[in-house]
Amino acid sequence: MSLLSILGVISSAIFSGTSLLYTTLGETIHQRSGIVNLGLEGVMLISASSGFAVTVISGNPYLGVLVATITGGLVNLVLGLLVVTRRANQLASGLALMFFGFGLSALIGKPYVGAKINALPRIPLPGLSNLPVLFASLFKFDLLIYLVIPAAILIWWLLFRTRWGLGLRAVGENADAAFASGRNPFLIRYQALFLGGMLAGLGAAHLSIAYTMNWSEYMTAGRGFIAVALVIFSKWHPLRAIVGALLFSGAVAFQLLLQSSGLQVSPFLLDTIPYLLTLLVLIAWGGTRKHAAPASLGRVYQGGQQ
Amino acid sequence: MPHKDNPQSQSKPLWRSLSDLVVRYTLMVLIVLLLFAVILVISGKDPLQSYQDILTSTLGSSYGFSEVMVAMTPLLITALAVALPSRIGLINVGGEGQLYMGACLATWGAIAFDTLPSWALLPLMALLGMLGGALWAFVPGYLKSLGLVNETITTLLLNSVAPSVVAFFVFGFWHSPMDTNKTPNFVPAARLPTLFSTRIDLSFVFALVLLVIFWFLMRYTRWGLEMRAIGGNPQAARRNGIPLNGYWIVIMSVGGAIAGLAGMAQVSGYYGVLLVNFSRGLGFMGFLISWLSFGDPVGILVTSFIVSIIITGGNLLQLTRGIPYAVINILLAFTLFVVLARPLFFKRKEA
Repeated sequence: MSLLSILGVISSAIFSGTSLLYTTLGETIHQRSGIVNLGLEGVMLISASSGFAVTVISGNPYLGVLVATITGGLVNLVLGLLVVTRRANQLASGLALMFFGFGLSALIGKPYVGAKINALPRIPLPGLSNLPVLFASLFKFDLLIYLVIPAAILIWWLLFRTRWGLGLRAVGENADAAFASGRNPFLIRYQALFLGGMLAGLGAAHLSIAYTMNWSEYMTAGRGFIAVALVIFSKWHPLRAIVGALLFSGAVAFQLLLQSSGLQVSPFLLDTIPYLLTLLVLIAWGGTRKHAAPASLGRVYQGGQQ
Repeated sequence: MPHKDNPQSQSKPLWRSLSDLVVRYTLMVLIVLLLFAVILVISGKDPLQSYQDILTSTLGSSYGFSEVMVAMTPLLITALAVALPSRIGLINVGGEGQLYMGACLATWGAIAFDTLPSWALLPLMALLGMLGGALWAFVPGYLKSLGLVNETITTLLLNSVAPSVVAFFVFGFWHSPMDTNKTPNFVPAARLPTLFSTRIDLSFVFALVLLVIFWFLMRYTRWGLEMRAIGGNPQAARRNGIPLNGYWIVIMSVGGAIAGLAGMAQVSGYYGVLLVNFSRGLGFMGFLISWLSFGDPVGILVTSFIVSIIITGGNLLQLTRGIPYAVINILLAFTLFVVLARPLFFKRKEA
């Protein structure tokens, strides 16, 4: 196997991992505020389809990314309406949102199945421009890929180094105590959902506008659920989420490598690695895991009855 | 689990609370229809005509009605697979994965023993299906009993693994010469018999029987009593000598076995082949139905019926009005949203 094909594999793993990392960061923010969002799959589908549609119509991929991002935030507010304002069960509401996403994305995307788009432009790394053309072309990434690690650092800073992040985490641990110390759990959870939805929208935009460059129904193929698993895997920490996303992309890369080397290992079995590994890690942590999860994750905050 | 009725409704006369109920449900239905009408108008369809189509195509003919029963079968079974564990406070979000594993093992039976006569092959497939689902649910139950991982997380993770396992076997070993994403058609002996020359198959009867058994067990047996005790207060139940860990493992596995049976019914009855990614959320739908009906057998029956009308009607809209099938998920989601957003209308119980 040539060096070139190995580099090609790494390059495509980076592409597939990027959308996942954005989405995982989004779910990390929700869960830190105490909300499990099982509807991310639906949010991503709506964002991916609307971003793709806007890119086809306007011809401008950046506009598509912007629309996908805002759409993601807005769709998540629907979940907020259910689980924050109406105090509905989070798991059921999330699954309902997932079905909503299945439907709405199919409707939005239908006219654009098979459409060609201007993909997100690839910008070569500055230092690599004098490498052989083939190598350089493999390591030309789009803006969203360059921004994903800084985004993780930014989210870490927001959550752990700002007053807002402290309030958000406090709401996730004990909403009543946070309320007593002058925070507004309702508002903070809405903010967390909007920001998290925007990140999931970014991930979805990268998927449809930069990576696959097309739209098809159910194209996210479970990424919303992988993100939930990776949040647990990374112990609700944005920087460890990078490791989680690397693990997943690593599995993808490994799978592509095996294929290109002619070894017959089913890609479907390799698909299961990230989930099984997450499960094994959870088992290994055992009791210690309890200290990592936000204490009131999944609980309804009743709040002062107004 | 104790009933916590709305205190206001107890002080009101019966006719008053009944009329309140009717008004509320009517309002909820109207909100859903109005919301979905917006979607229909945006996509250039006549909402009134579409709603009329849905009703006449499902409840207006015996064929339509039979199709509703067909759609209802897997929902009844997967809802039961969630409702049973929920009685002892276990949250089984893994119906989807258990369904896939049930379908997978049942298909192996259909392929490996295709020379067996129907009376032997079908029970074998059903057993294998239940075994597949039970194995998939045993893991979360066991991990929970060890105090290692919470069953919600495990079932969710395993959900994502199961479709890949199915894909592995179908693409790798079982696929038909023509299509790589599905098995060849099952032999006739591996197909569940259908009833009254409709597409309703025997699994519908099984679903109803299971529902009755569930109701009877919960109501009249010692197991049911103990399970309600665990659901009400696990620590008190443990101190009264109820083996909590055993119940967790066994009930979770039985729930999985039920979901696995739904998978077997799908491949043996509805499809007659095993198709990669055939479910697209049947297990999740079962979770929602069980949750919306508080794990109550009659509630499951009614909720599944309503959801099936929407699904079947959506199938028809796709054929006659050129609306993508997935769009019916929007109508379904609006229904769920409205029900979820009004939890105060219902008895407060955990799913």
